[in-house]
Amino acid sequence: MFKSNRREPEEINSSSMADIAFLLLVFFLVTTTISMDKGLNLVLPPAGEELEVNRKNITNILINESGKVLFDEKPAKAREISRLVSDKLRKNDKMIFSVQTHSRTKYSDYILILDQLKIAKASRISIANPDQ
Amino acid sequence: MKVIRKTSTKKGISTSSMPDIIFMLLIFFMVTTVMREFEGLKVLLPTARTIEKLESKRHTTYIWASKDGLVNIDDRIIQGQGLRNIIYKKISSDPKLTISLKSDEDAQMKVITDIHTEMRNAQALKLNYSALTKID
Repeated sequence: MFKSNRREPEEINSSSMADIAFLLLVFFLVTTTISMDKGLNLVLPPAGEELEVNRKNITNILINESGKVLFDEKPAKAREISRLVSDKLRKNDKMIFSVQTHSRTKYSDYILILDQLKIAKASRISIANPDQ
Repeated sequence: MKVIRKTSTKKGISTSSMPDIIFMLLIFFMVTTVMREFEGLKVLLPTARTIEKLESKRHTTYIWASKDGLVNIDDRIIQGQGLRNIIYKKISSDPKLTISLKSDEDAQMKVITDIHTEMRNAQALKLNYSALTKID
């Protein structure tokens, strides 16, 4: 009739803990997207700020709607821009490059020129509005 | 007299620390995960050579611009002045904000310059033109 008072020590079975943790781990592994965001950085000038720049310190780069480039009033090939820009920077390290596009210029043509400027390590880049 | 010796040793690697290892990995992934909130528009990014990484994913907002001239932020199609207000709200809550512009390579520059103007008016000046690495 006696029930023994000695019981097994009570414990939560932790053998499935690893499985639960694995499940959560797999969920986060699947949802994690490794940052693939890369691109060209540019800092825009603040609004309403207009600086008077000496004409000698500015080089205009115009891109028309078919992607043709006019560098310093002379037609140039897009691939030559980085060389021309580094030539200009060697003569004058304060040179500002003003990129001006037509409103129907393709974005890829603009990125191509911006890339060329970055290759030549031009740090002073200005983006002119198409309607100006 | 017969002596029975109990010297049976357990074989096998102890798995008792397995949950700890798994939990450690789990916590690492939980901390590094940034959930993707928006899908954006379908764009074909341009390619460039001088590509830089974005500083931090947490301080980044994405703007999509498609070749049809649609502009999308926070999964909403925006027209005109609306973009300025949204960017302004975002930059006020996070001054370190960088805007990543995911634009289609066939997009027209008018769309891009409009985004520039809106960003400048909202005092958000850090811009990143999202691009893929050029292979040649």
